[in-house]
Amino acid sequence: MSMPVTPMVEAIDVRKSFGLLDVLKGITLSIQKGEVVCLLGPSGSGKSTFLRCVNHLERMTSGKLLVDGELIGYHQRADALYEMSGSELAVQRRDIGMVFQRFNLFANHNVLENISLAPILNRGVARKEAEADARRLLQMVDLEGRETAYPHQLSGGQQQRVAIARALAMKPKLMLFDEPTSALDPELVGEVLSVMRKLAQDGMTMLVVTHELSFAREVADRVIFMDQGVVVEEGPARSVIDTPQHERTQTFLRRMH
Amino acid sequence: MSEQKIIPARNPGQVAIAIVLLFGVGLLIYLVISSPFITWAAIPQFILDETVVDGIKLTILFTVLAMVISIVAGALLAMMRLASNPVLVNFAGLYIWFFRGTPLLVQIIFWFNIQLFIPSINLGFVVLDTNSVVTAFVAALLALSLNEAAYMAEIMRGGLMAVDSGQGEAAKALGYTPVQAMLRIIFPQALRVIIPPIGNQTISMLKTTSLVSVVAAQDLLTRVQNIYARNFLIIELLIVASIWYLLMTTVASGLQYLIERRLGRATYEAPAVWRAAMRILRSEGSKG
Repeated sequence: MSMPVTPMVEAIDVRKSFGLLDVLKGITLSIQKGEVVCLLGPSGSGKSTFLRCVNHLERMTSGKLLVDGELIGYHQRADALYEMSGSELAVQRRDIGMVFQRFNLFANHNVLENISLAPILNRGVARKEAEADARRLLQMVDLEGRETAYPHQLSGGQQQRVAIARALAMKPKLMLFDEPTSALDPELVGEVLSVMRKLAQDGMTMLVVTHELSFAREVADRVIFMDQGVVVEEGPARSVIDTPQHERTQTFLRRMH
Repeated sequence: MSEQKIIPARNPGQVAIAIVLLFGVGLLIYLVISSPFITWAAIPQFILDETVVDGIKLTILFTVLAMVISIVAGALLAMMRLASNPVLVNFAGLYIWFFRGTPLLVQIIFWFNIQLFIPSINLGFVVLDTNSVVTAFVAALLALSLNEAAYMAEIMRGGLMAVDSGQGEAAKALGYTPVQAMLRIIFPQALRVIIPPIGNQTISMLKTTSLVSVVAAQDLLTRVQNIYARNFLIIELLIVASIWYLLMTTVASGLQYLIERRLGRATYEAPAVWRAAMRILRSEGSKG
């Protein structure tokens, strides 16, 4: 008999409302270790909001979210969930990498500092070691030699690749991508996707909110289609994208092609 | 053909106004210089007078202390205004409303007279006479600092809000604690928005300190008032004070220009002072 494997992400009936607007109406899903999952869906479907709940950048209204078996954002005591303090949350987030649509590189730091600062400050890695690691990551994202550049001196695609390296420098067990190519000029999308492809091949667990269907089809193990705050359909990437079962998925995919 | 000269259009209206201005200013200077009632010799006599120099020292001390206190208090108030707790938000809002909404002169006189309703301060183990604690110096410094803190809070809030919210989110996602995110990422970026108006406020504070003369706080204006109360050389001593105020504000403006030019050069780097402070913090941290 084999032990049941703890999933990397487990969402149980996650709900979120902004005032009267229900953005997430009970999301239940799980992502296994090493799996690459793409979240698809029209804008406003709640996929980014869900992603932001996974590292508690967004506070859910009810439900539970576990990463590697650990409850995110709350302490369970008796029958209530108590929200963690800012510094407790910081500790949890150190294991969860995130890449943003608008890169959000630190404007007051150069590329090398952007990548090496968090490991130095938040993991206690020695500066020398952190910088060596940062250089190795820069090589991986094809940006050797740009250590001293400031974010504003880089193109969008370069900034996003630095942002990926920055997240990886914390050695996360899970990577969240929030529409990583949506703010990019079309000719720069490829360079970011190829870094993500490399990452997927290396076995990183990835949850990707994206509109890049061909990327999802080729790289994702599974896609989850969301609409109006619920999961409409999920399954192996190719089968959901090529032969969607649900009518809403079909309409969405038709419009995307 | 030889080259033709180009003669720009004249603006006769401006020429007329310029002539009137020159005449008016000339007349004013003539009136002042030729006045038999101004003792010119008094100006060099008093410009380096010991009492005057002491007053200048105190004016600079007031300016520096009031700015330092108001920057710290203003930063706290700005963070309170941006906090999530409604009591903090409203306290800061009320503070700013009150201290910006009442005249500084009134606040100075108020602090100076505080013993009228708080005659003594009971610290439990010792009872202090308010008058001996809130001297003219303390009353003046309190009034200047608390008033300036309200303006500083708004300047800092503007600076903090000018930093893209994605910067704070990225810091959170990378496991920065809220304090670290503020000190390492958000505040250094807010500084370049905050520093130019702080320069303006400092220059303005050099002159504003003269208001504390109403409680005889021994600043530059108090000193020259004391002198002309004895010798009646009112205009002469006001000229002495004005020369010093102009000199101080001119030097301060020059410093501000230099600082802003430095800031402008490394557009995205935190100011050197901040980075030095962070380096010290970092070495302290690694020792522990």
